[in-house]
Amino acid sequence: MKENDKTIKVSKLKNGTVIDHLKPGTAIKALHVLGIEGGNAISIGMYFESEKMGKKDILKIENKELKPHEVNKIALISPNATLSIIENYEVKKKRRAYLPDVIEGIVKCGNPNCITNYENIRTKFYVIKVSNGEIKLRCHYCERVFKKDEVELI
Amino acid sequence: MGNITEKSFKGKDLVSIRDLSKEEILFILNYAKKFENYRGNLLSGKILATIFYEPSTRTRLSFESSMLSLGGKVLGFSSSSSSSVSKGESLWDTVKTVEGYADIIVIRHPLEGAARLASEASSIPVINGGDGANQHPTQTLLDLYTISKVREGLDNFKIGFLGDLKYGRTVHSLVQALLNFDCDFYFISPEVLSLPLGFKEEIRAEGKSFVETENLLDVLSQLDILYVTRIQRERFPDPMEYEKVKNVYIITPDILKDVKKDLKILHPMPRVNEILKEVDKLPYAEYFNQSKNGVTIRKALISLLLGVTL
Repeated sequence: MKENDKTIKVSKLKNGTVIDHLKPGTAIKALHVLGIEGGNAISIGMYFESEKMGKKDILKIENKELKPHEVNKIALISPNATLSIIENYEVKKKRRAYLPDVIEGIVKCGNPNCITNYENIRTKFYVIKVSNGEIKLRCHYCERVFKKDEVELI
Repeated sequence: MGNITEKSFKGKDLVSIRDLSKEEILFILNYAKKFENYRGNLLSGKILATIFYEPSTRTRLSFESSMLSLGGKVLGFSSSSSSSVSKGESLWDTVKTVEGYADIIVIRHPLEGAARLASEASSIPVINGGDGANQHPTQTLLDLYTISKVREGLDNFKIGFLGDLKYGRTVHSLVQALLNFDCDFYFISPEVLSLPLGFKEEIRAEGKSFVETENLLDVLSQLDILYVTRIQRERFPDPMEYEKVKNVYIITPDILKDVKKDLKILHPMPRVNEILKEVDKLPYAEYFNQSKNGVTIRKALISLLLGVTL
């Protein structure tokens, strides 16, 4: 049973955060976006079998409780990602990543003529949720609107 | 008009027309009327800094004229080669320096978003005098002021935009601003220079429709306002394409024979050949008045942002 497999994998972590249901191939990017460096043991699983998704990536970060707003950044690269906070082998909290209204410092503006590509400043984008569920981002500086897949992560 | 008063604008910046609500736009247009013929000492002792990283005739001179008409003084530079930028100074640092020399800043910059960044660096008001292809809000306000003056309001009229609707930032900002009002849009351009999809979506999202055509004569007789823009040769990937369309969008006295009596032609200027000089003397020509309105609206804005009002 796949669900049991997942439970076992999750429960192996004593304390920390599991980010599951990442789009296959995005785990390393997700780590980068979260800006987690050194200190905590991190397990990266890529291209795991998933009943729902076919394949998925998974991240386990030991002894660190990620805050929802930190994980929300992940929604940009992997909208279905879930976050589980593990305490003493138990899932204490579980929720889905949710794209925030404003994204700062993680996306590079795709407009080559935008000031953010010249001056040393933190980028800032407004998330526009179009009625058909599509996500667009508007640069706070140059005001250009991009589809989610038209922008690069920093 | 809600709670908007002259004081609502004190100390603020004007970076994008998006930053203004319909009520604020109407307030500014109404307030500007007081400045039509004003010359005096309202802003005596105040200094306007014009930091222009690319050349501009109309915008810089009309800001300077506005400040001088209000009794203030101006300083600044008009190209990046005559400033510290040529020594590699960041925009942020230039603005932080200039804020110590003046009471209000106007910036023009070839990069989009530069004015927003300047407004974040500065503790004194910043007015965007054009940031690349993005925004030029005082142009939009003077366009709105001109339309409201000739139409006695901003509702119930048909406006046609002609020429380069793809890259023309004045068109984009004016369309955005007019979405607040009740008017009909006609977009007339060669297909390669048509209005970007995003703007069409914005219009539809407001529940409005528009007419799009390549042929001016299809719609000209229905229009109350014709907003002409220049078609630049360098916008065409294929010079043959340019040759095909370059004369189709030239306004001559001849093609104006069947237009509405009170049609007004606007143009953000400078024009090259898209409106023949012979049109200037016809009652339809409004573009030089429009340029002049730029001084009126800029006087009003400087006064509001500095919080020293008439």
